[in-house]
Amino acid sequence: MNKFSMKLLSKKGNEGFARSCISAFCVELEPSLEQINDIKTAVSEAITNCIVHAYNGQNDKYIDIIVSLDNGKMEIIIEDSGCGIDDVEKAKQPFFTTKPEQERSGMGFTLMQTFMDSVEVFSQKGKGTKVVMQKTIKKD
Amino acid sequence: MRLELFNNSSCGVAKLEGELDESCVSEIRQKIDYFIDTNNIAQFVFDFSRLSFMDSTGIGMLLGRYKKLKQRNIPVYINRASGHVDFILSTAGIYTIMQKISQ
Repeated sequence: MNKFSMKLLSKKGNEGFARSCISAFCVELEPSLEQINDIKTAVSEAITNCIVHAYNGQNDKYIDIIVSLDNGKMEIIIEDSGCGIDDVEKAKQPFFTTKPEQERSGMGFTLMQTFMDSVEVFSQKGKGTKVVMQKTIKKD
Repeated sequence: MRLELFNNSSCGVAKLEGELDESCVSEIRQKIDYFIDTNNIAQFVFDFSRLSFMDSTGIGMLLGRYKKLKQRNIPVYINRASGHVDFILSTAGIYTIMQKISQ
């Protein structure tokens, strides 16, 4: 069992730091290069959602991240206290976006689901969103 | 992220190097759009041979450039995407609108 947490400003550029940090944390489970890329992508999507959607470009807000490793499995929790999601099921649909004018692809949740074993989204309007993602890295 | 843009006998090429994400996408978008507006091109190629990472932000940028180029009847191609980038492009269905070339 291993665990780390961090608090990150909702600043553009921090998605790169977060994905490098979190993917590096799982090296003790001896991941493949493909698994590292999967984690990097899912983390990048979740953090970008916080920056672009939850905080809508406000760069003085915080994103809370908790990562734990247990029994060959990695769990990543990414939480914001931003605007929340109106309809989570709708938001998960491929190509659905609330910001088409910004050329958003609407593929964020789809890619998280593609690259992780499970993705759960808990959101409350006006309070924030919590994304819990799991992936088995090493099978016993 | 590094972006190289050149016009090779009416073929516009955007060569991206590094990681394409939210932190750099608006600058990349502006530079490519300026290039498209100021060059006489008959086709456009995204060269991803040196691109090591891309997330859905990059997909949005590609779809936007595709729409812009389609209005001018300019076909768009993808050249040499690496394993991870190639998988993201396939998952997002990009290859149904931009042909993959290998040279």
